[in-house]
Amino acid sequence: MNFSEVFKQSNQLCKVSPDGKYLATCVQYRLVIRDINTLQILNLYTCLDQISHMEWSSDSLFILCAMYKRGLVQVWSLEQPDWHCKIDEGSIGLVSSRWSPDGRHILNTTEFHLRITVWSLCTKAVSYIKYPKACQKGLDFSRDGCYMALAERRDCKDYVSIFVCDDWHLLRHFETETQDLSGLEWSPNGSVLAVWESCLEYKILLYSLDGRLLSTYSAYEWSLGVKSVSWSPSSQFLAIGSFDEKVRILNHITWKKVAQFEHPAVIDNTKATVYKEIEKRPTVTSDEMSLHNITVASSLFSTQSKYEISPLPVQIPVVKPDPDRANPKIGVSALAFSSDSRYVATKNDNMATAVWVWDMQKVRLEAVLEQTSSVRCFQWDPRRPRLALCTGNSKLYLWSPGGCVSVQVPAEGGFQVHSLNWHRSGDSLTLIGKDQLCLCYMDTEQDDK
Amino acid sequence: MFDWMTIHKKLFNKLLFCKMRNLYSPLLRHFSQSSLPLHRNTNVQSAFCTQQNVQECLSHINQEVSSLGLPTVWVELDESSDLNVVTVLNCMYDLIQLHHRSLRTLENIEVEQLKSNSKLDYLQLSTTRLKEQLECSKRENTGLLERERQLQQKVKSLQNCLKNEKEEVQKLQNIIASRATQYNHDMKRKERDLNKLKERLNQLLADKKERKQAIDVLNNIGRADGKRSVWKTEKTEAKHEGEMYKALLSDYDARQRDLVLENAELRKVLQQMKNDMVSLLRLKKLTQNGVQNQCNGTQVEEDGFDPSKELFCVHACEKLTNSLRLQWRRLKSHVEQLDSQGIETVPRESHEEEMDKLKLEVQQCKDLIQTQQHLLQHQLNSSCDEIASLRNDGYMLQEKERLRGEWKTLEEQRSIFDRERKNFTEAAIRLSHERKAFEEDRATWLKHQFLSLSPCGDLKKPLLSDTTGASSTGVCLFLQRPPVDISTSFEICISTGGKNTQMPRSKPAYCGIKCH
Repeated sequence: MNFSEVFKQSNQLCKVSPDGKYLATCVQYRLVIRDINTLQILNLYTCLDQISHMEWSSDSLFILCAMYKRGLVQVWSLEQPDWHCKIDEGSIGLVSSRWSPDGRHILNTTEFHLRITVWSLCTKAVSYIKYPKACQKGLDFSRDGCYMALAERRDCKDYVSIFVCDDWHLLRHFETETQDLSGLEWSPNGSVLAVWESCLEYKILLYSLDGRLLSTYSAYEWSLGVKSVSWSPSSQFLAIGSFDEKVRILNHITWKKVAQFEHPAVIDNTKATVYKEIEKRPTVTSDEMSLHNITVASSLFSTQSKYEISPLPVQIPVVKPDPDRANPKIGVSALAFSSDSRYVATKNDNMATAVWVWDMQKVRLEAVLEQTSSVRCFQWDPRRPRLALCTGNSKLYLWSPGGCVSVQVPAEGGFQVHSLNWHRSGDSLTLIGKDQLCLCYMDTEQDDK
Repeated sequence: MFDWMTIHKKLFNKLLFCKMRNLYSPLLRHFSQSSLPLHRNTNVQSAFCTQQNVQECLSHINQEVSSLGLPTVWVELDESSDLNVVTVLNCMYDLIQLHHRSLRTLENIEVEQLKSNSKLDYLQLSTTRLKEQLECSKRENTGLLERERQLQQKVKSLQNCLKNEKEEVQKLQNIIASRATQYNHDMKRKERDLNKLKERLNQLLADKKERKQAIDVLNNIGRADGKRSVWKTEKTEAKHEGEMYKALLSDYDARQRDLVLENAELRKVLQQMKNDMVSLLRLKKLTQNGVQNQCNGTQVEEDGFDPSKELFCVHACEKLTNSLRLQWRRLKSHVEQLDSQGIETVPRESHEEEMDKLKLEVQQCKDLIQTQQHLLQHQLNSSCDEIASLRNDGYMLQEKERLRGEWKTLEEQRSIFDRERKNFTEAAIRLSHERKAFEEDRATWLKHQFLSLSPCGDLKKPLLSDTTGASSTGVCLFLQRPPVDISTSFEICISTGGKNTQMPRSKPAYCGIKCH
């Protein structure tokens, strides 16, 4: 495992191009394009203001940089560095900007979600989409890039519009049976759209591509409902994480629950392995406390850690959420399927230090990773069943069915890993800190415990 | 006087009571009647007193009267046997009074007895009544206890219900509270948004310069797929619809294909299971008794079911599942039967025995391995010190050489011994032959001598002068004969200390030879 040197970035904006060759980072108002392997700067662009959002186009030829305060979007070309494009939203403001799947249109959401403006880079034409809903996830493109689903709200009712991304033709427009739609997501095969309610009601609706309601699923009434939703890559399963600390898996044939994963505070009576992160503090004897040693240092401030298998029963530390606050820190907030749909990784918010890995084949708990601090981010390797996670300290943790390993990121002055992203080949990881970034290149051999 | 009177009274009462018992019936009516018969029969002469025994009667009556406490009737000393009528009348009067008194007491006693009888009856009645009452009250008591218990149970269950309801209420209250916080939060957010919107609106209204939207592109870029963009027409719309349906249909097709494959697999598995069960049942039935022929018949009929054909119709599917269920039921009943018969225990026992055997074997093997390991360890340890081993080897070789030499010499000696023994035996045999010959010669010579007895007499000289020093044990008679034959006939090899010593040929040595 090799680590690159640490680079500066701002706003956690570092993205690898979809073809995997380039790395784009934003430093204040500059856009830096590097080659992924050599990390040499290939291009440098300067924007008019601090970049709030940056995105690669799907063909890796263009990059958009949005500056929300100024209401500006600037598009840069990789092939032609002197090509420029600037979109000014004017007084209407800008809250979000994104590419369309064909890489030639930009969708800007204006302030207060008044409308979505579709700018075409081919024709300079403009289209408007009215009444978009301001919710958690109101817009989703299907994986093949053909269709776009948009949540709308008119006259206190929720609607879903399906557009053909080719020419922005409105294919279907239907009302949904929701009180307050909170999010929608296409299945990976693009034929089913999952629509879920806000957390006040547990309700998830499944619509087919042509707008027919296929099924409704509601696990319980009254208590806070859906917190997170994830499709399996094979589109066979839909995992729903809810505020009652459970994950329910629905199958794509009957849309009925086939499995339920619970997150008890005491783990007992299971064949799963529980890995506990143990920190080893290096012992410092008096004769070692020389100035040289202190300055050299990261070894003193950062502690080594390793994983140990805890014998059952294991008690997971639980933090009770404040009952008076809205959106309490309880329930399954993060769900992720591995690329082969074999494993599901979940995180329960009131046991924030633990990541639970479930085996979908055997429908049981496979492993629990108990960390020393709250888990901030985890992501599956796009190629193999390997999970990378970080907890905000300077370590990178990897789990695979063979075992798990804790790796110290060798960076001077301490590098806190806040989030991470796998490269599409599964050979490298981008580790993003508060205002730093580091790349981690994996070796071909597997990790050992 | 008083004491005497009381005693007397007691006696009197006793007597009275006896007399009463004996003579009179309890009823007073009869009393006077019954009392009379003694005196009524005055017509008949009283058996008590006759003309003859007047004196005795008198004395007797006297005695009786005195015993009753009355003055005597007649003084005995008086010779005249005339009775004093006055005293007699007084006595009679006293007796009558006594009699009346006793009657009265009898009455009283009877009354009292009646009273006590009636009291007794009354008491008995009351006890039975009270017992019944007690029983009644006991029953009531148990009934009441039962009711109390039931009520207590009810109370407990109601308390539980109440607790559950309270919990539910609490839960619902919590839910309501969380929903309320969520609503409040959302409302606040919306209010903030609204305020921002209002501000913006105000700003826009106030703002003179309205910045318009604009896009500034250096040059148009081509489409991603390289094609030219198309006008939006109905055709394109139809095309989009068509594409959408195509996508949906292909997805459904794919899903159906998968399901069909799965179905086929499952059906195959079910068929296999069914066949296995059928064969199993058939075997079991053969081992037991083949009574149920009809079952066999149905099995045969079902075997004609061809699993290789992919049957999609519902009937075939149903048929398969039904037959499977039937077989399974049969198998289950069979197993239950076996269970009840207790045959099931045998395989379990044998299984256990096998397990024990295997465990023993494993233990033995482990022990063997351990011992071997020990030995190996020892060997390794012993052969660890190389120099010591070399030295040991050197010593060993020397030792071996020496022993080999000694062995060789021993072998040689043994071979020599064998040879000598062989010669020895041959010599012994020859000797015996020659002795025999010698004896025959001697016999013939003697015969000749005897026959030719007279002329030569001094020829009888022992031949002992020829023999030098050798001890001739057992040789009876030596005759004058040239000992050349005998001495040259054999050599005696006597081995002493590994050296072959040979006696000189010239001297015939008879050492060590016994010959008869």
